Amino acid sequence: MIANPLNAATPVVARVTHGVDLAPLARTARWQKAELAFWLLPIIGWFAFPDNLALLTQIAIIALFAISLDLILGYAGIVSLGHAAFFGLGAYAAGVLAKNGLGDPLLGLAAAVAVAAAAGFVTSFLVLRGADLTRLMVTLGVSLMLYEMANKLTDFTGGVDGLQGVEVKPLLGLFPFDIYGRTGYIYCFAVLFILFWVARHLVHSPFGLELRGIRLNALRMPALGAPVNRRLVAVYTIGAAYAGVAGALLTQTTQFVSIDVLSFPRSAELLLILVLGGTGTLYGAMLGALVFMVAHYLLADINPQYWQFWLGLLLVLVVLFAREGIMGGLRRLDAALSARKSGEVRR
Amino acid sequence: MTYALQTRNLVKKFGGFVATDDVTLNVTAGARQALIGPNGAGKTTLINLLTGFLEPTAGHVILGGDDVTALAQHARVKRGLARTFQINRLFADMTVLESVTLAVCERRGLGARWWKPSSAHSEAVDEAAELIARLRLAEVANERTKNLAYGKQRLIEIALALAAQPRVLLLDEPAAGVPTVESRELFETIAALPREVTIVLIEHDMDLVFRFADRISVLVSGALLIEDVPDAIARDPRVRQLYLGEAGHG
Amino acid sequence: MTVLFDGVASGMLLFLISVGLSVTLGLMNFVNLAHGAFAMLGGYICVLLLNRLGVPFLVTLPIVIVLCGGVGVLLERTLYRRLYGASHLDQVLFSIGLVFMSISTAHYFFGAQQQPLQLPGFLRGQFDLPGLDIGVYRLFLIAVGLAVAVGLQWILTRTRFGAELRASVDNRRAARGLGISVDRVFSLAFALGSALAGLGGALGVETLGMDPEFPVKYIVYFLIVVAVGGSGNILGSLYASLILGITDVVGKYYLPQVGAFFIYAVMVVTLIFRPQGLFGRGVAK
Repeated sequence: MIANPLNAATPVVARVTHGVDLAPLARTARWQKAELAFWLLPIIGWFAFPDNLALLTQIAIIALFAISLDLILGYAGIVSLGHAAFFGLGAYAAGVLAKNGLGDPLLGLAAAVAVAAAAGFVTSFLVLRGADLTRLMVTLGVSLMLYEMANKLTDFTGGVDGLQGVEVKPLLGLFPFDIYGRTGYIYCFAVLFILFWVARHLVHSPFGLELRGIRLNALRMPALGAPVNRRLVAVYTIGAAYAGVAGALLTQTTQFVSIDVLSFPRSAELLLILVLGGTGTLYGAMLGALVFMVAHYLLADINPQYWQFWLGLLLVLVVLFAREGIMGGLRRLDAALSARKSGEVRR
Repeated sequence: MTYALQTRNLVKKFGGFVATDDVTLNVTAGARQALIGPNGAGKTTLINLLTGFLEPTAGHVILGGDDVTALAQHARVKRGLARTFQINRLFADMTVLESVTLAVCERRGLGARWWKPSSAHSEAVDEAAELIARLRLAEVANERTKNLAYGKQRLIEIALALAAQPRVLLLDEPAAGVPTVESRELFETIAALPREVTIVLIEHDMDLVFRFADRISVLVSGALLIEDVPDAIARDPRVRQLYLGEAGHG
Repeated sequence: MTVLFDGVASGMLLFLISVGLSVTLGLMNFVNLAHGAFAMLGGYICVLLLNRLGVPFLVTLPIVIVLCGGVGVLLERTLYRRLYGASHLDQVLFSIGLVFMSISTAHYFFGAQQQPLQLPGFLRGQFDLPGLDIGVYRLFLIAVGLAVAVGLQWILTRTRFGAELRASVDNRRAARGLGISVDRVFSLAFALGSALAGLGGALGVETLGMDPEFPVKYIVYFLIVVAVGGSGNILGSLYASLILGITDVVGKYYLPQVGAFFIYAVMVVTLIFRPQGLFGRGVAK
């Protein structure tokens, strides 16, 4: 039963087996009304902000990047300080291809997926070993190594100055990337939606349930017969591939690759975005990206040091007081409203 | 005589400390075997060795005639060996139904399926529901595990193990921390398990042990002191000294 | 040979700054990415005292130690303590937030440029031996590093505080059961770690420079020392720092094209084969 966007309208049929109500479980996989409302936003954005399509496109890209981290962190519980490694690999893959005449966007995406997924697969084995600190160090170390490599291989990557001369061909041969960013907008949001849709299936599937199990109690999972390492390798590879796609989209829409796509601040910022929005929900990742990028845009005139200070303070406050981020707040709001509506006193 | 579970000269050392001392155990298929002994005798360590959570320093673990010593935990579960933990290891934020569905899906080999929602795998969900009902958890099936009373959580612990449809079930103090009233229910549930399932039980409550077990193994300081039928154990002077005589715990 | 010597000096500096992180991580199981900020604080205090107030270099050092230790205790009591039980992710995020705040504060007060430092005359210059140039300052660094290492070992093995510290690292609950005020031990250990970091930062202005980006530039090195040396292991930190210092300096001297890549690669490879670090005890759960 594939997720049907229309099923939010049909009443939930209570199915009870052996005295157990199966409806709540079935309900989690269905598309909620709020979700449909959320996906109207890109459409609204197109009409409401025709002069800011470039910014909105960047939001879509970061949203995808955040989803990639949510899969490994929010769902599987792998703390990575170097997720930018895959973002950067995807960015450079698409960039190098485009610079050398192979600028078809979809080809660039395919290359980004291949490179990032391969890197994810290989490094996933490092992530399996050791305790939290080791994992942090390994993920950080890998991304720093890649950064240094990009720094030194200037002929290939452009080094600190970035990769110039990225020429992206028209999408599907028909739609050139114009200066208003219209093609880019539709392209990025389409990719975001498709990959989100796939991720949504993933997290509601038995595989997704296993990931949650691993995060909630990694020691119990083998006792259920679950091959934990295999699952972690799989999700880490998928997360890397998603990040790679986001990186490629960035390259293709900006026609440039900056070396900071591989930097530690990139990874750190992504962690902030994900926590800000709320981990383990996919929507939290996207909301975090939206709020962060909009705030950054609105406050861009401010001295960058002020921005960094408030960012740091925000991070500290979120961790201390609002750990579940925006989604957590929304959930509590929703619970409070439903309690009031039904008139009952809920726990 | 088929043995469902055996160990041969199983040894586990932590540095200089011998936690498991040359244990050879033979559990008959369909048995109801209890493993008793003072605190620190190494009972949980033995369970950890049997399940593969710990690697032995020496010796072998044999499941249904096959040497599984080199197999990882999850592989042994697939061969029919399941366990419960002395302290609950549950999925706090998941509902009961989600937790049991997870276990059932894994058993059914659906753990890698990534497209259809879990709720759409109706056979798995139905099996989970049936198991939940059997353990009298139906009313709380959609409650989050962390919100439930300890006794109910203990039942979930057992449900997760049963979901694997084990041929050998290792229960590590299933009634630990459970109020007496609820532990009766717990034991009725365990007693109602099909006869084909071999059960090895660690328990301190002697009342329950003597009512439930048809064989008892006594473990002291990591070594097997004696293994026999309950009556013989009750009469054995060494066991009496252990429990009634001078302080025997290490 | 000079390169080797420089590497040892570099390692000693690294040790001074990193040992506090090793203790905090090993003791409180707290991943503190803001540790470099204490070093930065020490560096800026030293520079302020030296350049603005004309305080002699050697006199600034004890002041730095006291002030950084004090700030450490303050932050530990008010903020860090709340997150001892939190997940490592939360701690990472929290400390990253503190880093951002400290960097921007430094930018605000001191600007983005490197801080100038004039060493006193007796610490400048070098001894020229055949095949080996011994920089006076580097010799000074090695001496201080060794003194601190020996001092720490002495504290750990000969004092009551050291015994309480070791007990708390080994088994927090048991230590409490013995009547040890683990909270006080934590505060003191944190203060000590921050003080040493500050000292390292002050001493490092001459060789590493001091600018607002210091915490981010070097945090990786500190983490490498802790990861490779095994958290909570002081001697391990010393050995790891020396190895890293020498590898880094030698690497940059003979293979400048490779740069810092070498260090990171060494770390990743080490952790692959020994996730608990070269000198760590067993595999942590």
